[in-house]
This record gives sequence, C-alpha cells and structure tokens, in this order.
Amino acid sequence: MSFETVLQQAQQSGDFQPLVDGIPYANLIGLKFQRFGQDVLFHLPANEDNIGNPILPAIHGGVIGGFMELAASLHLMMTMDTAALPKMIDFSLDYLRAGRHQDTFAECQVWRQGSRVANVAITAWQTERTSPIATARAHFLLAR
Amino acid sequence: MSLSVKTRAERFVATLRHCQVLGLTVESAQDNVLVMRLPYSEQIVGNPVTGTVHGGSLTTLMDTACGTAVFSSLPGFELCPTLDLRMDYMKAATPNRDLFAEARVTRVASSVVFTECEVFQGEERDLVAKCAATFMRIGENMTPPEFRARIEQGDDVTAAGAAQ
Repeated sequence: MSFETVLQQAQQSGDFQPLVDGIPYANLIGLKFQRFGQDVLFHLPANEDNIGNPILPAIHGGVIGGFMELAASLHLMMTMDTAALPKMIDFSLDYLRAGRHQDTFAECQVWRQGSRVANVAITAWQTERTSPIATARAHFLLAR
Repeated sequence: MSLSVKTRAERFVATLRHCQVLGLTVESAQDNVLVMRLPYSEQIVGNPVTGTVHGGSLTTLMDTACGTAVFSSLPGFELCPTLDLRMDYMKAATPNRDLFAEARVTRVASSVVFTECEVFQGEERDLVAKCAATFMRIGENMTPPEFRARIEQGDDVTAAGAAQ
C-alpha cells in the first residue's frame, strides 16, 4: 500500500497510529503522540539508545532535532489537508537547555500554510512547558 | 602521549550511545576538517515507500560531525554543547547508499565555535544537505574529568562501551 493511501486512510478515519507505526525512524527513537481535537502533543519517552553524552547523561541533540522534525511533519499531516508526505526544505534549531535522560514533549504551531510552502514552529520541553529545552522553525514543501 | 586528531575524534564518537546505534564512523579527521559516515539502514528510513532516510538521522549526522570536528580540533578536552543548527535539505537522499558529512571548523573564538557541514553521497559528491552549526565553549575546567579519562584511555573503555 502506498504511503499516500495510508495517509488518506488516516485522514479519513482520524487514526494516525498505523501511519506513525509505518515510519521506521519514528520507531527507532520511540515517538508517541496524543491528539486533543486540533491539538497534538508529541512525546518522546526516555530511551537509553537516544543518549548522546553518557556523563551528564543527555539526549543526543540530533535526536531532539529528529523528534521535532518528525513532530512538525506529522502535525501538518494531522491538521492540514495535504495529500502527500510534506518535504522538509530547511530546519533551524536552537538548543536552550540540556535535554536530560527523561521524557520529552513537543508541540507545533503552523504559522502559515501557503499553496506550496508551510512554516511551522516547534517547541520541545521536559519538566515545564514554559522552560523549553529547544525551539525550532521548519519550512515544508507541500505536494500539489 | 599526544593523540592524533582522528583518534580523538573516534574516541569521542565512541562515547555517544545514539551514534553507536546509527553506526556513525569517522572516515578522516585532520586539523579543522572531519568526514563522518552514516551507513544506510532500514531503521533510519523516514518514507517507507521510497526507502529515503529521515531528515532526523541527517540532523544527528551533521550535529555529530560538526561537534566532533570542534572537539577534536580544540587543543584541550572541551565538551562544547550545540547552540544552534541551521539545515538545508537540498534533495532526498538516494536509498541504499551511505551518507557522508564533511564538517569544517570555520572559526574558534573565545566563547563560541563556528562550523559548517555538507552531506553528500557517492564519489560524485551528490549534495543532499548543508548545515551551519554554532557551539558554546564551556571551558576545559567545566568538562567532567570522567569524560577526559574516556578520551585519554580510549580502547579499554570505548571497546567495552561499543560492544554493549
């Protein structure tokens, strides 16, 4: 079954779990999500295999980035009427605090969706939403 | 004993658990330029239909390549956290081909280190992604002594870690 078909089914049924289960990278890092109407909360449970610096220990910055990229593209597919997997054009990531070896959360805000490009802001936090560990901005090319 | 830039780079990457999961290796490291390999594998695929790797694995590749270039080119044993990363994805990576990141330290200032990086595939250096990354210098005295020991002692510690 093509990815587009899986996406279409998810958009019709509102159940995105099969789509996320079909993305190997999401399984590798262990991404989970919960939907509350139009809001989506992304969750990255603490995972030994995601650690970068073993002495702190801290989550690898690349994993935090990958989690936020994945969250942004899934958020677009869940909330927007896109017929295909959005393609990431660029991604700008600011690290604000060390990501400790504990659960991490992320939420996204679509600031603009044009006919071809979408601009998405992503915030990631651990203990308090108001003290993010990283913020990012991504541009996606939308399929036409 | 003074360690070569490549040995410092290899031992640094060996301490990073997630990099062992992805199989990142240092291909070459000299002065301020470092080349790192990300082997193609099913586990990092982002699009199951095309088999294209997910951008997140490229983020880890670029962050690690730049960070390792910074660590191995600084004179002491300084852990430098990433301040920010800016990545451009020029095209989807071709499936079933390894990815290479060439990272370059462009400026070492007293508090900050600037780097840039290109990710490509094959001998024709087909450009997949680019990145600019900035790192903070927290100073050698802020770097935990256990970390320094891991780099200096190398094999014994890292071989045991890598085999886990």
